[in-house]
Amino acid sequence: MKLRKFLALALAVTTVLSMSVLTGCSSNSGSSSEKSAETTETGETAGETKGEATNLKDIKIGFIFLHDENSTYDKNFIDAANAAKEALGLSDEQVIFKTNIPESSECYEAAADLADRGCNIVFADSFGHEQYIAQAAAEFPDVQFCHATGTTAHTAGLDNFHNAFASIYEGRYLAGIAAGMKLNEMIADGEFTEDEAKIGYVGAYTYAEVISGYTSFYLGAKSVCPSVTMEVQFTGSWYDETAEKEAANTLISRDCKLISQHADSMGAPTACESAGVPNVSYNGSTVSACPNTFIVSSKIDWAPYFEYIVNCVANGEAIDADWCKGIAEGSVVLTDLNDAAAAEGTAEAIAEAEEKLVSGDLHVFDTTTFTVDGAALDSYMADVDTDADYTPDTEVISDGYFHESEMRSAPYFDLRIDGITTLNEMF
Amino acid sequence: MSKKKHEPKFHIAKRDALDWWKSWLIRICAVAAALIVCALVTVVLTGENPIGVYVKMFEGAFGTKRRIWSLVQNIAMLLCVSLAVTPAFKMRFWNIGAEGQVLAGGLATAACMILFGNKLPSVALYALMIITSCLAGAVWAVIPAFFRANWKTNETLFTLMMNYIAIQLVSYFTYIWSVPKGSGQIGVINQSTRSGWMPSLGGYDYLLNILVVAGLTVFMFVYLRSSKQGYEISVVGESENTARYVGIDVKKVIIRTMLLSGAICGIAGLLLVSGTDHTITRDTAAGRGFTAIMVSWLAKFNPLYMVLTSFLIVFLQKGAIEISTTFGLNSSFSDILTGIIIFFIIGSEFFINYTIKVHNSKKGEKES
Repeated sequence: MKLRKFLALALAVTTVLSMSVLTGCSSNSGSSSEKSAETTETGETAGETKGEATNLKDIKIGFIFLHDENSTYDKNFIDAANAAKEALGLSDEQVIFKTNIPESSECYEAAADLADRGCNIVFADSFGHEQYIAQAAAEFPDVQFCHATGTTAHTAGLDNFHNAFASIYEGRYLAGIAAGMKLNEMIADGEFTEDEAKIGYVGAYTYAEVISGYTSFYLGAKSVCPSVTMEVQFTGSWYDETAEKEAANTLISRDCKLISQHADSMGAPTACESAGVPNVSYNGSTVSACPNTFIVSSKIDWAPYFEYIVNCVANGEAIDADWCKGIAEGSVVLTDLNDAAAAEGTAEAIAEAEEKLVSGDLHVFDTTTFTVDGAALDSYMADVDTDADYTPDTEVISDGYFHESEMRSAPYFDLRIDGITTLNEMF
Repeated sequence: MSKKKHEPKFHIAKRDALDWWKSWLIRICAVAAALIVCALVTVVLTGENPIGVYVKMFEGAFGTKRRIWSLVQNIAMLLCVSLAVTPAFKMRFWNIGAEGQVLAGGLATAACMILFGNKLPSVALYALMIITSCLAGAVWAVIPAFFRANWKTNETLFTLMMNYIAIQLVSYFTYIWSVPKGSGQIGVINQSTRSGWMPSLGGYDYLLNILVVAGLTVFMFVYLRSSKQGYEISVVGESENTARYVGIDVKKVIIRTMLLSGAICGIAGLLLVSGTDHTITRDTAAGRGFTAIMVSWLAKFNPLYMVLTSFLIVFLQKGAIEISTTFGLNSSFSDILTGIIIFFIIGSEFFINYTIKVHNSKKGEKES
């Protein structure tokens, strides 16, 4: 009996298998001279989205994530995607996630597959996904491809390939104020002198993205605690729990009084918790793991961007090639302060600075607040249009401040300012 | 399982060779059983009906024209690596270093494309790429072969370790050649000029890859079945002493076979870098070096059957990916499904080679 059932099933499976092989073959052989027919066919399927308005119901958005929820970086994107889905009232069928997609041709495969499934928007979250997304964008002109943290869309010449970032340096500046307030409190309590106020910073790589981040953080701290200095230790990885923990411990042993980080694991926050050193976090609150030392965290909220791209496609509008919003638009946010660790008056100080940032009275990279090799800057050429050798091509200092993230969404502030010492370099 | 007590309820015995149709029946049953278990697991986790799950598997592999091409291309690549490891396995030389040999070939190809792209005339560039990739793969394979032939080192460990060296070398060079500098990845090589890219035939990017692998399949079939060298490989595989007795130079056969094996791995690297990805990463071989062992083994080292077994494995992988995407499961879920399927397929070989004899009462074979 059992055997017979197996046989029947096996037969059924083989029949279907061979049928599909046959149909596969015939469509292959038949299509050898049908290149043009093929393109019109793909044009047809996605044609609905081009130029004209699409019903929100016809939106299908596919996400490509480098890791899954276990990485704070990807979790931030996944949470935002779910929030945007909720806010827009999209159904489960309209939102497709692909997790653990490495920065290799697998990313292109995933993007092409999402396009095949009828997605009108494909989004990828990791820097290294960029060129594979660009490749897919060239192949599927009627699907919108959006990529976070990338640098090439504004020069790629593809209508359907877009970069996005957020002015996270604003958030880090505000988080820096919280750090400075904490240092002031510790100085006032007599734990150390003004001159000993030193921040430790765990960075991933020595790129503009990280340099821009720690510099804005430092300037925020310096705005309330003028004597502060900073040391930066790089790990050479976006996600390496051991290395991040090790780096934090190194900085703590070098008498850093407060730690912050720009890397994606819990390594640095947990090292701080066990050493009892205050920590300003990134990507989201770490208060549950670090109830005594977590002060505040800045993060990018991607939900506004996701809602923006969906609405663009729904209304038949073009998506910006290079999208960057900040504190004012809710793309950069701070988490709740942890009163157990934050200094008194922190919330007020942050609120005041935030107001000034939004109104334009305050600029994070105000050239009067920092020097490079002892001198203030009045001109700097940055590498905005990415090329292999980082050729500087655009003047970014004017009106008394460095225009970060205005010429292109991804950060390009890569100045080494006085007061910050990098202990190593990691490219 | 095979531990015996005083009165064993059953024992396991080696079978005589089964009729071909019986052994294939067992294999088909194993695949069917694997599909049933996969469907059960999926149903338990998603609540979808099992027919829907199977339909998704077929859609994953054959849903669109692009997927069919992608399927055939993946089959070709897996088959190419499988062809490469087959002569070594037939010789009972456990080459589990195909992953590294493919990467070595791919790295040589990438090096040619980066260093000589746009500088050499394209014919010279292609020639150089073919020669260096074969050479790199062959060198990577012949080092363990040389040690094994001369000093009887353990080739399993040796070839395995060579994988890691190749992977680290690729990491090193992706750092050296990274674009933009410091990003840790090479990116698409010569994107604008397409220098060193495999030409697309009739507008189909993968067609040339597929034809090359088809040619290699026929070559390998004839080589193993009809050539003197192929015969020598079988004899050495059966018994090195016999081979020596009949006057075969075992050392020479081992080294020659591994040179061939490595060179074909090098070609697989060439096809992956120049014909598919146009870049190189640590993941370029994507585990094919290991999956190929299974493909080759399941096909009993017959290159023509290997077309079928590699089709089966690639089809199942694609289907598993489709299921996990469609039902919103973590990508690890597709690995679970593939694992279940492979477990059943390998398990079926047990029932082909052995029989379970149940004592005193019923006789018969147990289904997996």
